[in-house]
Amino acid sequence: MSSVRAPSRLGGLVLAAIFAFLYVPIAVLVLLSFNASGLPTAWTGFSLKWYGALAGNANILHAAWNTLVVGLAATAISTVLGTLLAIGLETRRRKGTAIEALAFAPMVIPDIVLAVALLTFFSSLDITLGLPTIVVSHVIFDLAFVNAVVRARLKHFDFSIVEASRDLGAGYVTTFRRILLPALAPAIIAGALLAFTLSIDEFIIAFFTAGAGRSSITLPMQIYSMIRFGITPEVNALATLVMGLSATVLMISQWLNKEQAP
Amino acid sequence: MSPPDMKSGLLVTPAVAWLVIFMLAPCLLVLSYAFLERGTWGGVEYTLTLENIARAFDPLYARVFLTSARIAALATLFAVLLAYPAAYAIARAPRRWQPVLLFFAVLPFWSNYLIRTYAWIVLLNREGLVNNLLKALGYRGEPLSMLYSEPAVILGLVYNYLPFVILAIYSALSRLNPELIEASHDLGGGALRTFWRVTLPLSLPGVAAGGVFVFVLSIGNFVTPALLGGGRFQMIGNLVYDQFLAANDWPFGAALGMVLIAIMTALLLVQARLAARAGGDTARPA
Repeated sequence: MSSVRAPSRLGGLVLAAIFAFLYVPIAVLVLLSFNASGLPTAWTGFSLKWYGALAGNANILHAAWNTLVVGLAATAISTVLGTLLAIGLETRRRKGTAIEALAFAPMVIPDIVLAVALLTFFSSLDITLGLPTIVVSHVIFDLAFVNAVVRARLKHFDFSIVEASRDLGAGYVTTFRRILLPALAPAIIAGALLAFTLSIDEFIIAFFTAGAGRSSITLPMQIYSMIRFGITPEVNALATLVMGLSATVLMISQWLNKEQAP
Repeated sequence: MSPPDMKSGLLVTPAVAWLVIFMLAPCLLVLSYAFLERGTWGGVEYTLTLENIARAFDPLYARVFLTSARIAALATLFAVLLAYPAAYAIARAPRRWQPVLLFFAVLPFWSNYLIRTYAWIVLLNREGLVNNLLKALGYRGEPLSMLYSEPAVILGLVYNYLPFVILAIYSALSRLNPELIEASHDLGGGALRTFWRVTLPLSLPGVAAGGVFVFVLSIGNFVTPALLGGGRFQMIGNLVYDQFLAANDWPFGAALGMVLIAIMTALLLVQARLAARAGGDTARPA
């Protein structure tokens, strides 16, 4: 479109309006987390006391710890499985749609359906619900996203290097470790970071697979119960921290994935 | 060049096994529950029945499906109407700006869904920013109660899924062959006519992809109606939730889930066909 592109004032206005729509609600929420009065109405001065309140709230710290454990475990497993899946799908000779569909399904299946399916599955096998069942469930969609990110990188990968490595007598493991892994590292890390943010933000599936009681509660579950109770500046502070963490991790992921892209 | 043999079968096995055991098997299991009778204390009796499926089409529940479909359709419509100009503006922005604009348009999508929904509770509640602005502008009536209504639910859905629709439409627009636009101009087509006859039709696959996505995720949504609808607007997702966690009628919940998956699969198939057809069209030499 380069020859017909004119610097458009209208385009700028449209973008300003859309970005305002996307970011003003979040900005207001963040701003009110620093509001001394704690009312959602009147600004009475800057304060960090709601963040202090979070640090002293044992329930929230417990939920944050659980979220971190689940996120790290689900990310570790899904990064390995998703990366191997991507390499396998990209290098196999026989193309088939069944595995492709299976790898794509977790991204489109309604999470409420997956949540009740997993609840039914675990309880029919008499498996006790808790952090391990949340991890197992999160790996499902995490690995699909890792697979997608790593495969995108593999599309531009020159497999003749792998061929050369094999011709020179390197085994599968050596070729994987010395050739594929270094070339794919940025995409693998980007996929892992994406998986981590998806996991720490996921609510519905965790809610159904955590079991009763508070022992396996995660941060999104904690936030959900706080929101249902009403608006408190403490939720705003917690929300600000969670969003800040996700945004930071995502920007690193994006930067890594762009850095060495062909 | 065909990629070399990397023992591909072996590499895909762990992930495929994981998905078969923890996704496919549970989904098939819950679907099979739809044909069983409800157990006295939750769970199921192993007696075959079609009663649950029939009940899902009972007028009482058919109404919930229709409400959900209406809310999802309106959310889809508004999301597409907002996303198209935004995607178009990004696609027309200077090339080096495009990735940055796109990244920040999509960034909210990856952040916590609950928090993005909560942000609207903060804005729209009776003591919230919107009511305060109205007061400042001279509005003297009762504070408006905008929350816990159908428009609030639709707004929440549009807000949450808009970034993805922008992404889908943008990727269709950026793949568009610029020569087609030039050709249209050379042949005397004005800006508006070129947009209407060339750009818009060729970007429809992106609109379809984004639209189907919003519709599918909206119709099965459970968090937004629960939070912004205040539990007063039941959608299928809430109904499924109730059957599993409140009413303890798992077979009926499974039957409802099955209808949901059927709707979703049908729409995705339609969208895949549209995309394939459109792909065939643009592949032809212009």
